Amino acid sequence: MKPALDWLDQRTGWKKLVNEALFENVPGGSRWRYVWGSTLTFAISVQFITGIFLWMAYSPSSQTAWESVYYIQHEMDGGWILRGIHHWMAQAMTVLLVLHLMQVLIDGAYKAPREVNFWTGIILLKLVLALSLTGYLLPWDQKGYWATKVATNIAGIVPFVGGAIQRLIVGGPDYGHHTLTRFFALHAGVLPALIVATIGGHIYLFRRHGLTEAKSKLKPKRKDQAFWPDQVFKDAVACLAVFVTVMILVYKFHGAHLYAPADPSESFSAARPDWYFMFLFQFLKYFPGTSEIWGAIVIPGLAMAVIFLMPIVGRWKSGHRWNLGIIAGLLLSAAWLTWLAFLEDVGNPLLGFLESLPGESETTGGIALPLMAMAATVPALIFLRKRFGFRVHVAVACLIMVSVGLTTRLAFKQDTGNPGFIAAQVEARANADRVVELARGLGVPQEGAVFLLRNDPLTQGPRVFAEKCASCHRYAGHDGKGNLLKDPQTAPDLEGFGGRAWLTEFLSAESTHADGETLPIATEKFYGGTEFSGGQMARFVKRKIKKFDADELKMLRDAIIALSAEAKLKSQAAMDSAAAGKGGAIERGKTAFLDEIGCADCHQFHFEDEDTDGPNLTGWASREWMISFVSDPTHADFYGEENDRMPSFGKDEVMTQREIELVVDWLRGEWHVAPKPAEH
Amino acid sequence: MNEVEVFPPPPPDRRNFFIQAASVVIGGFLGLFPFLAGLRVYLDPLSRKGVESSAVKVATIDSVPEDGTPKKFTVVAGRTDVWNRIPPAPIGAVYLRRQGEDVVAFSTVCPHAGCFVDYRAGEHQDFFCPCHNSNFNSDGSIKAGVSPRSMDTLEVERRGTNGAEIWVTFQSFHAGHAEKTPIT
Repeated sequence: MKPALDWLDQRTGWKKLVNEALFENVPGGSRWRYVWGSTLTFAISVQFITGIFLWMAYSPSSQTAWESVYYIQHEMDGGWILRGIHHWMAQAMTVLLVLHLMQVLIDGAYKAPREVNFWTGIILLKLVLALSLTGYLLPWDQKGYWATKVATNIAGIVPFVGGAIQRLIVGGPDYGHHTLTRFFALHAGVLPALIVATIGGHIYLFRRHGLTEAKSKLKPKRKDQAFWPDQVFKDAVACLAVFVTVMILVYKFHGAHLYAPADPSESFSAARPDWYFMFLFQFLKYFPGTSEIWGAIVIPGLAMAVIFLMPIVGRWKSGHRWNLGIIAGLLLSAAWLTWLAFLEDVGNPLLGFLESLPGESETTGGIALPLMAMAATVPALIFLRKRFGFRVHVAVACLIMVSVGLTTRLAFKQDTGNPGFIAAQVEARANADRVVELARGLGVPQEGAVFLLRNDPLTQGPRVFAEKCASCHRYAGHDGKGNLLKDPQTAPDLEGFGGRAWLTEFLSAESTHADGETLPIATEKFYGGTEFSGGQMARFVKRKIKKFDADELKMLRDAIIALSAEAKLKSQAAMDSAAAGKGGAIERGKTAFLDEIGCADCHQFHFEDEDTDGPNLTGWASREWMISFVSDPTHADFYGEENDRMPSFGKDEVMTQREIELVVDWLRGEWHVAPKPAEH
Repeated sequence: MNEVEVFPPPPPDRRNFFIQAASVVIGGFLGLFPFLAGLRVYLDPLSRKGVESSAVKVATIDSVPEDGTPKKFTVVAGRTDVWNRIPPAPIGAVYLRRQGEDVVAFSTVCPHAGCFVDYRAGEHQDFFCPCHNSNFNSDGSIKAGVSPRSMDTLEVERRGTNGAEIWVTFQSFHAGHAEKTPIT
């Protein structure tokens, strides 16, 4: 073995390299505060490894990006773990970057002769943030899509060249295939290459100038040590801690959340950038109209410039203190803005953190805020210790902790939140779960998974109903999406339409109304809001059905069963088939309808009769019947000239044929149902 | 002889043994875990079941030449491509050869290396692979060239009135072996 190693050494010089790497001098011996650079190197390595494996299953185009990520997350063996590590390690990296920057600033490691190294570090910080930004879009889900739109629009407000820049980033006038190919090339090619090159320079310069010793006036100088093994051990333990934290988050969130596929036609009020950009997001709210450029570009640019100039400023008298003050101020402002952003959206993010309430954003906010606040107060505390000694330092630290405790308690009490945002988050999550259920059950069509949701009656039915039907009708008292409406209800409630229960109540001659008189048919639930409340049907119930004897009531029940069977509802399939057959309730009901209880005086039902003027009930409430009815209620088969205000949605092109089908299928309960609950 | 200057090794220190061992173990674990997490996903195709091949209607008996000349027919079927479920579309082709009332189906895939085999009518009356010159008689047996086995036959089923419809179980086989084994 040894001759072989020597042979290799003579040709490569690896021994010297290993020696230099391991036995670098650590002035003052190993310390925990030196671990941040190593944890960052570790984090970026993990991102490279997991990123390349994700690459092997990712497909960047607007019809395959979400689909391939769905497949990684929900179908591939261990895919969610891989994706989760990549997602959460990216978050961890942002935190580690801030900590590393703090340590460098506090120890004065940015001052001469290490200015260039500080600058390469700041460039690395920006490159990592660019990685986060580009990576956020790649799953092509609603959240990434809408959040990234904000970022690319900000690029568009740069004076003179903004439009061109935006077009180049997006790869065209609007988001599409080329947006993804460009973002992906940046995320997996250009930025990693730049990062590798810059890290190379960063580490080279670090080795050239050596570690900056953390000096303390109060403690005696310690002996120098080699990097190996003590510092390596501390680094390894710190990396392990980072990794364990990431794995806990991966497990808790089952990887990383994937929202519904991007859909430019669907608003997404839950669109938010990742938590570390939330302060910029909040900042933009204070710059109305054309002043946006100040909040989006000028002020953040100036802040970055101030950080960049720190090594120069640090040479002046009190420059170091000034720098520490500036960075503490910037971090505190960022933390404060982040806090405000979360407060506006979900109320108290700490609440989400502690109780794991619905969203991921609250939880990440709950983690991010204390971390940022801590990072911001550390330099102040260290300054106090150096300047005024240990006691003042402890006293101020206690004061901060007490006030944080009190504020938290206060925040819990006054938890405001934004119900609109919370509802949007709930809907976003419901859509995300639904599209996965559909993708698993039906497979993804080639035009993309977004069409699964667009063609899903369960998703679209309530939306179309709320938009087109709920100005008159209701569904279970609401607008289809669960909102109660102020406007009066002027047409029937369609929940359960076509079913035996709906029909039984409609034809019931027993009042359940508070006045003890009004029959169900004349209530808001049915004809109450329409001209038909005093029409022939209502009169029939009031005068004829009310006087039915027991036999006639039995025949009415059979007629209801027969009529309801026309609807062929999925939910009644078993009941209908039990009532079918010779001498069954359906057959009896048809006879009763035609010959016994007077229905056929007004309604056609499997026979032709030109004298009837009520709607034709052949196939009543079936899919075809409902589609034709909604298309044109003024048709002679339905209300004819007696139609009361209901628009001819199809004939007059108020709704598309597909919209009518979706709302009808939804009302009839016809949608894909997963055979068994999803695994994850 | 070692010309490269080597730093003197650190003095042996027993106390450090634990720290050294722990560093190596933790470092190894941290390096390996993300790699293994990725490898597991990469190996996913191995644990996935293949598509079950079912019979597809390819032609009717009248459309196959009676004189035993093989004729190519397109196979139209729905298929699954990872996450996509694709409605019926051309997914491949087969050669059908009729002898009296019997019909044989050949895969168009060359058993040598998987190229698409042509049928040369006229002078040659044989199958010829344009890649490496594998050559088969019209009954599928090897005529010349490098193929390790005869052309792959596919299962044929006769359905409809008097068995007029020809249904073929469309599947692929591993190329390059003397034995014909289906790819599942």
